[in-house]
Amino acid sequence: MKYESQGIAKMYFIAAIALFVGQILFGTIMGLQYVMGDFLFPELPFNVVRMVHTNLLIIWLLFGFMGSAYFLVPEESERELFSPMLAKVMFWIFLFAGVMTILGYLLVPYARLAEITMNDLLPTMGREFLEQPTITKIGIVIVVLAFLFNIGMTILTGRKTVINVVLLTGMVGLAVFFLFSFYNPDNIVLDKYFWWFVVHLWVEGVWELIMASLLAYVLIKVTGVDREVVEKWLYIIIAMALISGLLGTGHHFFWIGTPDYWQWIGSVFSALEPIPFFMMTLFAFNVVNKRRRDHPNKAAVLWALGTAVMAFLGAGVWGFLHTLAPVNFYTHGTQITAAHGHMAFYGAYVMVVLTMISYSMPLMRGQKAANVTAQLLEMWSFWLMTISMVFITLFLTGAGIVQVYLQRYSDDPLPFMVVQEKIALFYWMREVAGVVFLIGLMLYIYSFFAKGKEVEFVEE
Amino acid sequence: MRETFTKGMARNIYYGGAVFFFLVLIGLTVDTVKSLPKTDNSENLTEQVAAGKRLWEINNCIGCHTLLGEGAYFAPELGNVYTRFGESTEAIKAFIKYRPVDGIPGRRSMPQFNLTDEQLEALAQFLKYVDGVKTARDWPPNIQG
Ligand code: HEM
Ligand code: HEM
Ligand SMILES: [Fe+2]
Repeated sequence: MKYESQGIAKMYFIAAIALFVGQILFGTIMGLQYVMGDFLFPELPFNVVRMVHTNLLIIWLLFGFMGSAYFLVPEESERELFSPMLAKVMFWIFLFAGVMTILGYLLVPYARLAEITMNDLLPTMGREFLEQPTITKIGIVIVVLAFLFNIGMTILTGRKTVINVVLLTGMVGLAVFFLFSFYNPDNIVLDKYFWWFVVHLWVEGVWELIMASLLAYVLIKVTGVDREVVEKWLYIIIAMALISGLLGTGHHFFWIGTPDYWQWIGSVFSALEPIPFFMMTLFAFNVVNKRRRDHPNKAAVLWALGTAVMAFLGAGVWGFLHTLAPVNFYTHGTQITAAHGHMAFYGAYVMVVLTMISYSMPLMRGQKAANVTAQLLEMWSFWLMTISMVFITLFLTGAGIVQVYLQRYSDDPLPFMVVQEKIALFYWMREVAGVVFLIGLMLYIYSFFAKGKEVEFVEE
Repeated sequence: MRETFTKGMARNIYYGGAVFFFLVLIGLTVDTVKSLPKTDNSENLTEQVAAGKRLWEINNCIGCHTLLGEGAYFAPELGNVYTRFGESTEAIKAFIKYRPVDGIPGRRSMPQFNLTDEQLEALAQFLKYVDGVKTARDWPPNIQG
């Protein structure tokens, strides 16, 4: 660690991991409710658990992104963070807002939460992923603006590299597109149309900039490969991300009352969206093969390569599977969607944050890399979580295929609830895989505390 | 990557591509918004429907159901429930109204939201309005949603 203020990342990462545990616990509750419908009913209805699961995901990924930026930006800019104080204050505000919101979901009925937080003044609640009370949304905007100001000032008054400028661009995009969450027209088609300006333009747009720059940074660090080479890759990856992803938004405008031309535009451009993810895989393996040194942090290299592969599988392959309009006609809003959502979020954004944590945590704890035992356990947790996520995805895909056939494709379509009972076995298997995921996560956390032989390495 | 393809070229593709396709997205958005009245059933978007949409939101119905294929996948599609329930808002209201407080043992159950008759009417009207949106190829594929 070259600059003291990089250490601020640590608190962000600890919060991220803690909330990640919460996300997965609630995930396993939901998985059980899928097969034991009355589990925890009526105390914790499914919709509440789901909000907690998905909102914790978003909050902890934001913690992870911000922590990553606080670690990366000073080093790339070759100066201390503009205001470490501001970063610390914002941490506590964000944690408070996040925890209060989750408690709000759990402790009072949602309609009551809407009332308490005066949703009527500016109604933004009750839309998928954007369930947060309006006041929380405003809090998120404030925290993100302060964050942007902080890293922006650091970059502008320091060294500007392709990596930190692309990261900043991605973060600005994140903030800008989030503003669409405040637009909630009564017209349902308009509402849905602009809802995707947050959700799609995040995960298939600006977040890809964040992901690619974080990955590029870690790869430079662990391989010692020439910056010029990495920067060229970075530009071409994000170029392809935006060229395909902006109009790729159209793959959500097939069946919501929007014009027919979206079926062509959405299909064609979103079919190109796997390209940037594929390039990230090529890029990662390429630079690791051409590495100039063997970094002692083997776990970080594994996470970096894993991210590239899993993002391509989850977003690229599973995304492509249902992105063409004639296919999406049948799969839209089924378990196929859930399968894709899980592997894409995990493979791209969860894993890139864990890559950054894996690389930076030892440095912030005064080591070059974690000890041999800790790394071994961390790599075990990598495989446990990643393989169980592959199985979650496969089981949900199985469920989805049968669901599509019985409910939408066969000559004698069956009602939704009837079909759900017929595919319960898939859901049971998903739940088992989910528990393995949770075990993997526990092992991951334990790995930070494991004692063992220090790694050997040659000073460069 | 080969040397003939320089970093500068990559950067120009990024800037050029991003700006160009962003502008195209804005253009198509303007066109879409302009042509929505043909399909979006806005002629039936009454005060009551708007109130129904708010109720739909503050009870987080989307946390279990899909609406035109978006939402959660735990409970049936509601974008066509008006059709599925024999074009009867009364049937929709009765269904929501008579959900047992403690659920149905062993099965996925819908919560009892304790809505007033006026609120039930607004919600049912909202669902009827959504059913009236003209989706391409008349999605969903069949009445089961
Ligand atoms: C890391 C990047 C990605 C993430 C995190 C992601 C995540 C998601 C999520 C969570 C949904 C469900 C949204 C909802 O609840 O309605 C979704 C839907 C969808 N995604 Fe992705 N996605 C990614 C990339 C892609 C790519 C590259 C493609 C295409 C090649 C794609 C194609 C689709 C399609 C077609 C849908 C709509 C499914 C439906 O009709 O129900 N996604 N994505
Ligand atoms: C223990 C493992 C997990 C289990 C059992 C689980 C279970 C579930 C369930 C049952 C749903 C709701 C599906 C529905 O709406 O009907 C869901 C939604 C979701 N989960 Fe998980 N989950 C797990 C892990 C994860 C992880 C690790 C991530 C992120 C990487 C994640 C991200 C999501 C997202 C984005 C959604 C919304 C999906 C969509 O709308 O398509 N989950 N999860
Ligand atoms: Fe998308």
